[in-house]
Amino acid sequence: MLQKTQDATLAVDIEKVTKNYGSFTALSGVSLDVRDNEFFTLLGPSGCGKTTLLRSIAGFEEISDGAIRLYGEDIAGLPPHQRPVNTVFQQYALFPHMTVAQNVLFGLQRLRKPKDEALTRCTEVLELVQLSAFAGRYPNQLSGGQQQRVALARALAPKPKLLLLDEPLSALDLKLRQAVRVELKQIQKETGITFIFVTHDQEEALTMSDRIAVMSAGEVQQVGTPREVYEAPRNRFVADFIGETNLLDVTVTSVTGDQAFCILPGGREITCPAAAVVDPGPGHLSVRPERMTLTAPTDALLSGQVENHVYLGTDMQVMVRLEDDEVLTLRVQNSDAVSIPAIGSEVGIALEAGAARLLAD
Amino acid sequence: MAGGIANASESAGIYKGRAGLLILPSWLVIGFFLLLPVGMMLIYSFLTKEFRGGVIWEFSLAAYDQFFFNRGLFGDEPPQIEWTYINIFWRSLWQAGLATLFCLIIGFPTAWFIATRVPRHRTVWLLLITIPYWVNLLIRTVSMKFLIRDTGPMNEFLIWLGAIGEPLQLVNTNIAVQLGLFYSYLPFMVLPIYASAERYNFALSEAAADLYAGRWTTLRLIILPAVKPGIIAGSILVFVPSLGAFLAPDLLGGAKTFMIGSLIEEQFKGNAGNWPFGAAASIILLSIVMTVLIFYARSQTRREAR
Repeated sequence: MLQKTQDATLAVDIEKVTKNYGSFTALSGVSLDVRDNEFFTLLGPSGCGKTTLLRSIAGFEEISDGAIRLYGEDIAGLPPHQRPVNTVFQQYALFPHMTVAQNVLFGLQRLRKPKDEALTRCTEVLELVQLSAFAGRYPNQLSGGQQQRVALARALAPKPKLLLLDEPLSALDLKLRQAVRVELKQIQKETGITFIFVTHDQEEALTMSDRIAVMSAGEVQQVGTPREVYEAPRNRFVADFIGETNLLDVTVTSVTGDQAFCILPGGREITCPAAAVVDPGPGHLSVRPERMTLTAPTDALLSGQVENHVYLGTDMQVMVRLEDDEVLTLRVQNSDAVSIPAIGSEVGIALEAGAARLLAD
Repeated sequence: MAGGIANASESAGIYKGRAGLLILPSWLVIGFFLLLPVGMMLIYSFLTKEFRGGVIWEFSLAAYDQFFFNRGLFGDEPPQIEWTYINIFWRSLWQAGLATLFCLIIGFPTAWFIATRVPRHRTVWLLLITIPYWVNLLIRTVSMKFLIRDTGPMNEFLIWLGAIGEPLQLVNTNIAVQLGLFYSYLPFMVLPIYASAERYNFALSEAAADLYAGRWTTLRLIILPAVKPGIIAGSILVFVPSLGAFLAPDLLGGAKTFMIGSLIEEQFKGNAGNWPFGAAASIILLSIVMTVLIFYARSQTRREAR
């Protein structure tokens, strides 16, 4: 399965793309490969350059340097209306004076599709987003979720080679957002169109994407499957941005291959996977809260004092202050089978094999 | 319980009375400045003229008759359609329409330009548009005459450039009247269009470009419909006063460019006037303007009902 996706043709080839606004660098030498038929997500906090990159692919921003190739053709110099790419805008940008059907037909008419072909396609995409009954409505007569689906239908109608989605779910409420995630993924599979999805919501990224590019400060920090970026983060930014994590200050003694030997606070030594070859000296370990367990204080890898509990429903969050004053957060399943030590009691912490990971920086 | 209900209805009654009092000023304004003058005009148009100006309180259709029909020098021939005033009217409609069109052609790009500047520059541009209008209309119109007359700066400059050999004869032509009307009412076109354009969501232009629309298609199919309310409001604000304008035609035009505004003005000036005839011409003008406005209002309600 993995082999197959790797062999798949390249849909978008972004090569060393740089975008400057005066002295501000929004994108600095970004290179990415998006594969055919992939649900690819650009994830990062606001201001990380993900939207600028999306807008550069759509043609709304002119890149300062680099190349953007779509199935081999360099499109960086083309105006937006000549790129076979469609966009679902964050605030949808539906044409307010046109009905749902007229909105959906707009792109097809510009491409001078024969009338009956355009109408058939319009019916088809409205069915796909389950809005056939609303074809004659105006955008202001629709709910937010319906407007979002019109925007999607409008962008899908011309059968673009690539669909860009600019935080399309951010204006929806939580319940709807969760439902639309599943739907969106389903539509991507059905249509076979390559999606590039921009979001700052890591949960959205993890649930929908085939691969994620984590961005920060105009650079790509890591590209990988949801599992890879969550379980094998490359650096502190990725580990911290995706999910919760504990960053432990350790002393690296040596790194051989992808194995690192580190000294934990408290003096015990640990062997763990390394994200990169790191020079001996101070380093950072990432340990996910759900990958640690509480044990007896004697002979544990780490030990400390329970400082606080937070009740989260399905889980309990337990904060443990280590001897060197670092505070680790653990997640313990909320179950009768597990007893949670009282605040103030001395505890030990055990790490599952491979739960800790030495980060590149 | 029962007392509470009684109290509630009592206080509602009080508020109702107070609300009536609150809209009294509006009624006074409408009454004094709209209903009273228009009513007077309507009544005067059906009275008999006094030869030294003013009216005799005696019902007569003579004013309307004079506007539309010619009964010969002594008023005893069979009536024929009188084209003089209808032609003046027609010319006025034509001139006002043309002025509106020119104001739109220049006003729309101007308003669009201002609306697309950064917010703090917009105020400056708007101020620049309105500054000339702090000067009295009469003075501005006279200045225009000085600018375009045979020995005026414009002609002298063009001759100096060698673009023309002889001065362009502009004063007393339709072109001069057009220029005067255009200059008088341009801001009334720019400001409402600006108000619409400023609210325009530029993401719509991006969406159109994304869906394969070029710049002209985007202008035609997306931008123009979005700023249509501003264009209609601006057109009315230019068309209506242009139709009744008398300063520009009086000062810049001649006998051939006589407009309805001047015709009405003459009826009330000095001893030569004919008040009922002036009033009748005003009522006819008003009816035409009202018809245009009612059509606009209807199209707007239909839009909103949608």
